[in-house]
Amino acid sequence: MDRFSWSNGLLEINETLVIQQRGVRLYDGDDKAKLDVGVVLLSTHRLIWRDVKNHECCIAMPLSQIILFEEQAAGIGKSAKIVIHLHAAPANKEPGPYQHSKYSFIKLSFKEHGQIEFYRRLTEEMTQKRWENTPFSQPISTGTGSQAGRTRAVGIVGIERKIEEKRKETDKNISEAFEDLSKLMVKAKEMVELSRSIANKIKDKQGDITEDETIRFKSYLLSMGIANPVTRDTYGSGTHYHMQLAKQLGDMLQAPLEERGGMMALTEVYCLVNRARGMELLSPEDLVNACKMFESLKLPLRLRVFDSGVMVVQLQSHSEEEMIASALDSVSDKGSLTAEEFAKLLGLSVLLCKERLLLAEKMGHLCRDDSVEGLRFYPNRF
Amino acid sequence: MHRRGVGAGAIAKKKLAEAKYKERGTVLAEDQIVQMSKQLETFKSNLEEFASKHKQEIRKNSEFRVQFQEMCATIGVDPLASGKGFWSEMLGVGDFYYELGVQIVEVCLALKHRNGGLITLDELHQRVLKGRGKFAQDVSQDDLMRAIKKLKVMGNGFGMIPVGGSYLVQSVPAELNMDHTVVLQLAEKKGYVSVSEIKDSLKWEKERACHILDHLLKEGLAWLDSQAPGEAQYWLPALFSEITSRDVTPEEANQMTP
Repeated sequence: MDRFSWSNGLLEINETLVIQQRGVRLYDGDDKAKLDVGVVLLSTHRLIWRDVKNHECCIAMPLSQIILFEEQAAGIGKSAKIVIHLHAAPANKEPGPYQHSKYSFIKLSFKEHGQIEFYRRLTEEMTQKRWENTPFSQPISTGTGSQAGRTRAVGIVGIERKIEEKRKETDKNISEAFEDLSKLMVKAKEMVELSRSIANKIKDKQGDITEDETIRFKSYLLSMGIANPVTRDTYGSGTHYHMQLAKQLGDMLQAPLEERGGMMALTEVYCLVNRARGMELLSPEDLVNACKMFESLKLPLRLRVFDSGVMVVQLQSHSEEEMIASALDSVSDKGSLTAEEFAKLLGLSVLLCKERLLLAEKMGHLCRDDSVEGLRFYPNRF
Repeated sequence: MHRRGVGAGAIAKKKLAEAKYKERGTVLAEDQIVQMSKQLETFKSNLEEFASKHKQEIRKNSEFRVQFQEMCATIGVDPLASGKGFWSEMLGVGDFYYELGVQIVEVCLALKHRNGGLITLDELHQRVLKGRGKFAQDVSQDDLMRAIKKLKVMGNGFGMIPVGGSYLVQSVPAELNMDHTVVLQLAEKKGYVSVSEIKDSLKWEKERACHILDHLLKEGLAWLDSQAPGEAQYWLPALFSEITSRDVTPEEANQMTP
């Protein structure tokens, strides 16, 4: 890491950007460099690295420093890396983040992948060695003469300035966004406090709240994303929105439920419904709150929670006795069944078949054989 | 002559109650609800303005999303609670995370037969990114974790187990206690673990080690290699990395085994 010098990251004349990759951490030999994760840029002349958060922190190294490089495959919990072996730093190298290093190699760790393409481009550049054809003069540490300075043609300054401007603009946008966001949050916080005050009053019955007003209040909470502190109410944390949703689900899920033997895991419903919607998707909570309203809205669906915590939507017509009877039939028929075998038989998900078997067991119709080879159910002859 | 309108008594009573409350300095709840409704309208237009200027920031910048989420959490607001919430509707944060939730569920379901419902956050990240394609919005691990937290609401056993500096994502309701977690963490380095390793590192009795390993086998989270040199090895498919394993078709498998 002592081969790097501080840089402003701006490209020189005749220097072109070849590829850049973010999410890269540098290693000084085998040790993590005392730098954060950043962006690595490969140009025709140099290897440049810039800190993602602090754009001032930018270092560069001429490609001529590279002797050879190789890939290091990703491991368990470890990102893929490119190991780069380097020549010794020249005496007139500009200062950088490291004064000296006991290693003569560095590593680039690709935390967000991109190593394959980077390696390919690096190979190309190291083969073509384009920097030899169009060198730019290396500055020496003490300004001992005008010819030591960098030469810059006029035309390139415009491009560099644009890059710099764009970077500054992005930074400005982000800081402006943060400022605006903070102001917004202050207002949101006022709303949260107001809603808490209201909730307390409702609890303490200070004032005359109509049911209509309560429903309105709940919809305000929903809009703001504030958790509902009022527990005593008819519809759980449901609002008109959830009632509508429940009715929509009632229509939409009839056919899929019947295809799947009358029961679907809630996650399956979530995926099905959201894939169908395409946009203005439901949140998991929206779905749960809507399903909780099935019963009170007299829809033919029910939300059910199994002992294991698995939540399902089932057709009301789908009786428990039927499920258990069919489970018992299938198991008796085959002598014994595991959840996987049962699933294959019925063409349903393993998760739900397991729940059916467990339910039948709970009712005393089946008993289990729990071994390392799996959980198998037998008719209960006891 | 005075004429009394109907309900004058009720109005008078209400005025008296209001006066009493105002005396004590408290405002009635229904008045506050009206106040809240007004503030909500103002807030909504503020948020619209913010969205028109900075919606892109949220979409493109995962670091900004993290800050946004943390600010919301600090003030007690959950921008992802409902698709009908302002945050979701106007900033589009909702759709981003809810869609991510769908992709996470699908990836986990697709791989369950192989890893028993346990997958590293890294692998999940890789596969979700692959599924989204080159031109889709970028997704960070923080984004994944927030989406997973939301999925938990649906009672499907989603959870995250800290292992080796990152996480294992569990997508089935398998009962995993501290003992299981510790063994998973031990196995993280090599992808497998043996009874003696557990005895040496964790100082457990053989029975305890076997009990835990048997449970992992039963849940399909571990595979037994009884032909390993020395003693049996318990491998965790969740910890296989893409590079050191690859899917094999039945024909290939037939050619490989002697």
